[in-house]
Amino acid sequence: MPYIANTHADREAMLAAIGKKKVEELFEDIPESRRFPSLDMPKGLSELEVLREVEALSEKNMRADRTAWFLGAGAYNHFIPSLVPALASRGEFLTAYTPYQPEVSQGTLQAIFEYQSMAATLFGMAVVNASHYDGATALAEAVLMAWRADETRSRILVPEDLHPEYLEVLTTYFESFPVKVERYKGDPAAAASDASTACVVASYPTFSGEIYPLSAAAEKAHAAGALFIVHTDPLLCAILKSPGEQGADIVTAEGQCLGNSMNFGGPYLGMMGATTKLMRKIPGRIVGEAKDHEGRKGYVLTLTAREQHIRREKAISNICSNQGLVMLQSCIYMAAMGAQGMKTVATLCRNKAHFAASLINKVPGFKVATREFFKEFTVLTPVPAEEIYAKLSGRGVVPGFPMSRYDASRTHELLVCVTEMNTRNQIELLASSLEEASK
Amino acid sequence: MNLRPEPLVYELSSAGRTGCALPSCDVPEYEIPAALARGKLALPELDELTVVRHFTRLSQKNYSIDTEFYPLGSCTMKYNPKANETAANLPGWRNLHPLAGAEHSQGAIELVYRLQKSLAEIGGFSAVSLQPAAGAHGELSGVFMIRARQLAKGQGRRVKMLIPDSAHGTNPASCSMAGMTTQTIPSNAEGGIDMDALKAALDDTVAGIMITNPNTLGLFERNIEEIARLVHKAGGLVYGDGANMNALTGVFKPGQAGIDVMHFNLHKTFSTPHGGGGPGAGMVAAGPELAPYLPGPVAVKKESRFAMEMPEHSIGRMKAFYGNFGVLVRAYAYILTLGRDGLRSLAENAVLNANYLKVKLEGAYKVKYPRACMHEFVAMGDIAPGVHTLDIAKRLIDLGFHPPTIYFPLIVPEALMIEPTETESKATLDAFIEAMLEIAREAAEKPELLHDAPSITPVGRLDEVAAARSPVLCYRG
Amino acid sequence: MSIDSKARYAESHEYARLDGAEVVVGISDHAQAELGDIVFVELPAVGKTIAKGQTFGVVESVKAASDLYMPVGGTVVAVNAALEGDPALVNRDCYGEGWMLRVKPSDAAQLDVLMDAAAYGATVGEA
Repeated sequence: MPYIANTHADREAMLAAIGKKKVEELFEDIPESRRFPSLDMPKGLSELEVLREVEALSEKNMRADRTAWFLGAGAYNHFIPSLVPALASRGEFLTAYTPYQPEVSQGTLQAIFEYQSMAATLFGMAVVNASHYDGATALAEAVLMAWRADETRSRILVPEDLHPEYLEVLTTYFESFPVKVERYKGDPAAAASDASTACVVASYPTFSGEIYPLSAAAEKAHAAGALFIVHTDPLLCAILKSPGEQGADIVTAEGQCLGNSMNFGGPYLGMMGATTKLMRKIPGRIVGEAKDHEGRKGYVLTLTAREQHIRREKAISNICSNQGLVMLQSCIYMAAMGAQGMKTVATLCRNKAHFAASLINKVPGFKVATREFFKEFTVLTPVPAEEIYAKLSGRGVVPGFPMSRYDASRTHELLVCVTEMNTRNQIELLASSLEEASK
Repeated sequence: MNLRPEPLVYELSSAGRTGCALPSCDVPEYEIPAALARGKLALPELDELTVVRHFTRLSQKNYSIDTEFYPLGSCTMKYNPKANETAANLPGWRNLHPLAGAEHSQGAIELVYRLQKSLAEIGGFSAVSLQPAAGAHGELSGVFMIRARQLAKGQGRRVKMLIPDSAHGTNPASCSMAGMTTQTIPSNAEGGIDMDALKAALDDTVAGIMITNPNTLGLFERNIEEIARLVHKAGGLVYGDGANMNALTGVFKPGQAGIDVMHFNLHKTFSTPHGGGGPGAGMVAAGPELAPYLPGPVAVKKESRFAMEMPEHSIGRMKAFYGNFGVLVRAYAYILTLGRDGLRSLAENAVLNANYLKVKLEGAYKVKYPRACMHEFVAMGDIAPGVHTLDIAKRLIDLGFHPPTIYFPLIVPEALMIEPTETESKATLDAFIEAMLEIAREAAEKPELLHDAPSITPVGRLDEVAAARSPVLCYRG
Repeated sequence: MSIDSKARYAESHEYARLDGAEVVVGISDHAQAELGDIVFVELPAVGKTIAKGQTFGVVESVKAASDLYMPVGGTVVAVNAALEGDPALVNRDCYGEGWMLRVKPSDAAQLDVLMDAAAYGATVGEA
């Protein structure tokens, strides 16, 4: 049997030690009529056969590395340096458990501490946790955190231009609670916060790609006694003002773009940071410095009294397993890129996106609708964006995300994403392809 | 093990270095408006070799399944097959964007569909969603589903979930996150749910019960069908916490015994790696009544095409996109490898290994519930004056083993929860038994060895109180 | 295990001691011993009015986090700021320097229904 080390002789010896004749006798607590049901499945396969079958499935999909790829919308095609998977896949990282026994988990714990530190720098925040499931759940839990700070405040203001799937997740999480999720248009400084507002959420950039400065919005929220939550792109923070320096109380982000593959949507990385004031309210695991009795410095899971295994029904969150290995890959990515590399990647993305926008603006019938953007911008198209997508994706160019897929009324809008992976040739091909597709 | 202190990446930093070169910019430069531009980015700067050495040396400070026996009760630390890694890292998956469109993702959606079907078959359920990212996420989904169903039946006053006192902390925490209250049901002298207490608690405010089976004591809940019947009769629904499914594959189908909705932890029973704290994947399965409420989207088959669709009365999305797909590939490869015979053999060997350890250890370490256990059992560590479970755990580290789960479940004082899993050989088990018996002797004769443990690790016991009083959570330069 | 004879006690182990027109609130020696080394005490804002039996904060150790309940209702006139830098004061001197709140009681008679030192001692197994 696969992965079973014991031989028949081993099993006989163990049964003898237990005083049973057959292993079936160990299951006598199970009602007899329910014991050993048949499984309607094939017999097991050898490794070779398994890999062939899975490979065949993996070949039936479109690959970003084989096309001129311009689709983002929450998952991004970025370069992953070889050392990231090489280091993260080491068995000592991959097959370790959650670091509850710190003396034998200093590798994992120190890596988490380094990740927390680098992410805190990026976001401009004092505290970062060890991860959430993804950007959407991180945002939902940030809003929960803000609401729980004062449950008498029942209004939650979110941008209309928030990733629609993120809004869906927020709605699921708040279904049971007496809150009103209200959507505001445009600049977060225009959000009408008042004394019944728990928090104002800003998306930096918005789903359509627009970048709004945040300081005024933060001040306004604070004046009303509300928390200011910013959902951001971590790469953007390398070259544009961080949410923290603009007054954010809580920052969330999707960390997939920091060294993790697109993998059909997961596993990704929910990032969350907060101010010192909110340190003990932040959900999830956090690693802190500690000393042993000889004064040696080590790292340990801390502030654990907030977590589910201690607080149970009063816990801030039910989160247990998080996204440890994905966080590790992002940690290694940030360490390898470093200050220079992060700025370089971000600058390449922004320059290439602006170059693409300038070419697209010259294509008859097309207009870039976003004023200030990082790596994504929205284009108004002369024919339905879905048509353009269908025509071009069959020819090796994926021109962007047709907005009508989330909002049926936005038929002539295409969300275009450009990263360091796109060459000048590809960008020029995009522009000429758009022209052809619109005829 | 690497015992030398490893500096932080910040301490290894040297200005001007970078660990990865990128192509130069082949397009014009566009200046960032001054009002938007960031100032300094105080991230470390390291060359590639330093990065590689740093993280390699860090990895050498960990215990892991690849290096040590890891009998953590309820975590199912079985071997994480390397074949699954190959399967999950294929370029066809890595380069697949979640929004490419169903027509361009047929292979991926088909894999999700097939995995859904296999897991439904293993659990005895009619439908499965693979959207949840972890067990606790699956639990939250299940509680949302129960609440939604009760509301749909006009039973909105049912906001209370019954939870056994042996339950994992995520159970009540999930209820709170779903806006429900909880009531604890005590365990009886045999380690099962106290049936009288259950009957007394069943009123018309009860939405359902959350049961772990086998429970956290490693015992099969013998009254499971009667419990389900009573709860259903009182208008409630039954949630199954499948963390301990490793004892049951091919042996028992919870869906056939009255469980209405259940989660599995793919990173436990289905061998996907723990990664130092995730990513996991928390499949949630349902019988006919709750299937329409599953979180979505889920994979469906229409003629010969595959698509992702929201179930009819879905509670909605639990995260963006479709779940931890990379983890799902590993679980799928694993199930293909085991097949129907391998799945049954898994449970048989897991339960056999656990009972062997129990019989060999229960002389020196009292086991609270003496009858045959399932895939894990709970012993108690207060074996000598002044010696606690924590001391035993730390001394095991010196002997080359990761400790078992300690101080859980809460209803057993000085708990040591031991789960060997099926992938360990008798030789490893015998070495572990030898170590535990050695520790028992030391506890009686030289307890200072336990109190001073561990001594072979890069750091000894850390002052967690000071760490929590004055937290340092970031490098401060 | 010490019990302040001048204080009265709630079942949830908070004490209330009349001091002039105000009531001093904290947790008993039994409670601090059960919690272990205290790492953080979350206290309410000064000026807040909280009813008897409602939570006024949280006390955290490494292994537990417990809600704190008002033994008498009233308005918070002072919180012990020293606990922020040294939460261990609660472990070392729970009735003295480890006090948590000073409260202007809304109804002083609420003190009388709390257990006196002897009755509390009996519940925690001390004479």
